[in-house]
Order: sequence, then structure tokens, then C-alpha cells
Amino acid sequence: MASRLEREASRESMLLNMGPSHPSMHGAVRILLELDGERVLNSEVEVGYLHRGFEKTCEHRTYFNLLPYTDRLNYVSPLINNLGYTLAMEKMLGLEAPERAQVIRVLMSELSRVSDHLTCVAAMAMECGAFTVFLYNIKAREFIWDTIEQTSGARMTTSYIRIGGVRADLHPEFREGVGQAVRQTRQVLKDVHGLLDKNRIFLRRTRDVGLISQEDALSYGWTGPCLRSTGIFYDVRKAHPYSGYDRFDFEVPLGERGDNYDRYLVRMREMEQSLRIIEQAVERLAATPPAVLAAGLEPEEAIKASRDRKPASAPRLSPTLEGSEKDAYSGILADDGRSIVPAKEDTYTSIEGLIRHFKFFMAGHGIRPPKGEVYSSVEGGNGELGFYIVSDGTDRPYRLHLRAPCLHLLAALESLIKGRYLADIIPTFGSMNIILGELDR
Amino acid sequence: MAETQILSEIRRLFPDKIREAFSLLGEDVVVAEPKAFLALARGLRDKPLNYALLLDLTCVDTLACQSCLEMVYTFYALDRNHRLRVKVPLPADDLSISSLAALWKNADWLEREVYDLFGVRFEGHPDLRRLFLYDGFEGHPLRKDYPLRKRQPTFPSRK
Repeated sequence: MASRLEREASRESMLLNMGPSHPSMHGAVRILLELDGERVLNSEVEVGYLHRGFEKTCEHRTYFNLLPYTDRLNYVSPLINNLGYTLAMEKMLGLEAPERAQVIRVLMSELSRVSDHLTCVAAMAMECGAFTVFLYNIKAREFIWDTIEQTSGARMTTSYIRIGGVRADLHPEFREGVGQAVRQTRQVLKDVHGLLDKNRIFLRRTRDVGLISQEDALSYGWTGPCLRSTGIFYDVRKAHPYSGYDRFDFEVPLGERGDNYDRYLVRMREMEQSLRIIEQAVERLAATPPAVLAAGLEPEEAIKASRDRKPASAPRLSPTLEGSEKDAYSGILADDGRSIVPAKEDTYTSIEGLIRHFKFFMAGHGIRPPKGEVYSSVEGGNGELGFYIVSDGTDRPYRLHLRAPCLHLLAALESLIKGRYLADIIPTFGSMNIILGELDR
Repeated sequence: MAETQILSEIRRLFPDKIREAFSLLGEDVVVAEPKAFLALARGLRDKPLNYALLLDLTCVDTLACQSCLEMVYTFYALDRNHRLRVKVPLPADDLSISSLAALWKNADWLEREVYDLFGVRFEGHPDLRRLFLYDGFEGHPLRKDYPLRKRQPTFPSRK
């Protein structure tokens, strides 16, 4: 079946495909253009090349098992996706993460936000010809991802934020790592401001290009930095504070005109605010020290000792299970037997612990929230990232829907590029930071 | 269940357009009359309620237990910082509802997504076709009767 544009295009104009595999399409999205010379008369955006049935898959996984799938939504800031899902679940279960875990969550989601914005600005600048900015930003992002990897063990597929808290406490050398990342990012931000803010080429390609009015931005359901670039104040962190964001001191930068340049500038300023939050969080973490783990027995000794009676001290866990010790749980996971993985010492040393372990992982048992539905959202890199979950009382979600901020942004692209030049598509598309993993689901 | 101030205001403004209004886990939910849904949505968007953002639009397949599909809309009012969820049950024999594309611009794509994955027809939609999947895909994958690993017929490439 021919698409709308193919049917309606006039005979004199030229139809041109941009994408799905175009270097500036950030993944796979196809824009069918009707061109008169270089001018875009009409266009049609086609998405779905990365559709992998996220929602259907999740409906066939248990609440615990589906967490890794959320990493793969917005793969530049996976920790925010983890947080969005776990907060929705915690709302449904009536759980609250301990203080220390909440601060870690804020810290991690701000690090992710910075990496998200850095990537966006990097790609946008590169597509406008500023390759240096790309290299600087990716360098700064490497420091951030190193910090994340140090603690969570993965750069992108983290699955670090869990229902009830976080998977493990921060790495002992986290403070130095994050200090280094913040210092490096500050320096890069300063350099990028110097390289782009008054750069004539960059200004000509972004100033007053991709303009959107406040009414249109609202009508298209825009949220996040793109909505704020039009001057509308809406940030989920301020409007519906979660994880104790209301106790941090930060500002929400706003734009004025709603063009590509404003979207760039809002992202740059937001990163500065995120760095402020990170510094405050690091200070706050110092006030709640990590759990001191008691010296344990080697597994072999523990087994030998347990032949006669229950050993006095717990067995030492393998390093891959780090964070699953009972002592560590108090600071980073909520005290709820049904929603968190039972501590490993119990599983290995007592029959009750073993039963609890089986009950947690066995099909049909596990986490079973009460019947009902919940919508919960967090401020993602691109806007409001919402999870709508319907529970029917079993261990799998009856329905899980993701509100992807990118979808709403991209829906406006056709109207933003209409009547502009072909070359204007690239900075306009770049300034929106479309992440196809999240959009296509 | 306790009714918030906003819900009673909505009940007062649209007495014949809503079936139920209640709060659930701190979220305000309204169940709308399917026939009067377009008028209700317009009333929610305009002043005095001023729900300027259509945050989300999706569907839940409850065909097995309640023999209907349930449309779920999330609206957001910036000035009073309030989210409102509107649910519209669609009977199994008539899976259609008025399109909101004339009221909110993002409804265009969101409705195409629901049409694609659930097969709900939106009346008055300017260009109703699949959003994620291709033309020629058989069935609507987010329906509960669609198996997880169903294979689709191979599709000839376009000339």
C-alpha cells in the first residue's frame, strides 16, 4: 500500500527517502520527503524499525525478570528507565527505599541525565560540522560511564536499581571516581560553550530553525528539555518529586523561543544543574556510611561447620554476589520479605531461607502486587518517562505500557521541517535527541 | 473511596458524560461514557479545567474478563499540577471510539499505535494506519489472544 505522501505528492516534485539507515537518523527512522529543489514541501516520518515488542514481552515475564528489558529502552540513560519501572512497582506495592538507596538513585539518575545530554549535544554538534565537540563530549561521557560501571558492573545494561532499593552499595572508590567525572564534565561544558555558543555556523543552522510555539509544544505532548526550551516550566522532578528530589537544591533552566539553539542551551544548562545535584548527593551519602560487612567463613568451612550446628558467623559470599549480604541490605534495600531477593547467607545456611529463595523465584509466586493499576513517571533525559502497569494479582503484569517521551517529540517533526530546507532537518532532528530504542519499544 | 475536589468538580460539570469517578493509589480516575467521550475530552481541554497535555493514550485488553477493551487516557493540567486518568470501555462488538486528533496533535500517532497493536478504530482520524508494524501484518499483537511467538507470513518486498 502506498503511503499518504506517495499518493498525494504532486507530479513535479521529487520524493526522496532519508533513512532508515542514514548516519544522522540516530538509529533507524525513515523520513520520506517531498522536495522542490532543496525545499521540503511535505514529509512523512515512519517509525517502527526497532520495534521489538517490549510491552508484549514484559507481559510474559515476571515483575523481577522484566527489569533488564527496561535497560534497553533509552540505552543512553538506562538507570533512569530502571528507576521509572521500580518506582511504579514500589507505588503499587507500597514500598519505600531506604534513605541511602534513594540518594544513590538520585545520584545515578543525574549521572545518566548528564550522559544523555552529552550524547545529544555531541551528535547534534557533529552533524552541524563541529567534530571537536563530539570528541570532547564523548570523552566526558566515558568518565561518567566508568563511574557507573565501577558500581553497577555494566556501562549500559546496568539493571542496577531494583524494586525496593538498589542492587549493591556504591564502590568503595566511588567518591574519587565521581569527583573526577564531575571535574572533567565541567571542563568540557566550559569548552563546548566556548566552541558553540557564538559559533556563526552553528548559530545559522540552529537559531530560529525548528521553531515551535508553546501551544504546539503542549498540543504535541512535549515534555522535558524540549518543552522547557519554549519557556514552559514543567519538570517531573519539581512537579511530582520522587526519591527525595524536593530536598535537593537545583534550578530548572528555561528557554525563550523554542528553536534548536534553545534546546541546545537548555540541555547545556541542565547538565550544570545535574552536576550540582550530584555534588550534593555525594555530600549526603557521606552522612549515611555504607554497611560494614562482618568477616565471614569460606564456603567450605561454613559447610563443614554447619554439619554439627548452625555456624556462628555467616559464610563469605562469592564476589559476584556482592551486595546480597544481609548486612548490606539494611542501607540499600527495603525491609520487605516478599519483594526483594532474600539475603544469600540465609539461602545457603537455613531451610527457611532456601524456601524463601524458591518462593521468590518460582513461577506463580515471586512478587505479586495486589490487583490494581498505577501510573508513575520520572524525568528522563528526553522528558516524562512514565510506566502504566495493570496488575491482576499474579506474578506477571497484565499490562505494562511505557510512555516514551521521544514518540511525542518525533510526532512533531513533520510540522517543524515543513517549508524549510533539507539541511535544516538534521539539526532539528538532532536537537530532539530521538532514541529509537525507547520510541519503537 | 474518597473523592477529591477535582473529581467532584468534573462530576458537576459533566454529570451525564461520566459513569464513575474515584481515586486509586493517589491517582484520580474517571470512567467515561463511550458515546459522550469526545465532548468530555473537549471539556477537559478547555477552560476552566485546562488539561493542556495529553500525556498518554493506551489500551488494555480486558476482553476475556469484562468482554471489552479499555481505552486509558492520561491528561495533565499544568496550572493545577494534576494528572487525570480517563478510562473508556469499548464493547467487544463495536471497537471504535472518537479520535482526539483534532484536539491534541500527538493523538494522531498515539491512536495509530493503539490501532496497530489493539485494532481499535478511531472515528475521525485523518490517516489511520499502522505505526510500528508493516502493512500486511496479520492481527494485533498486544491483544491477549495473540500468542507471544506467533510467526507472520513472509511478505514480498515492495517493487
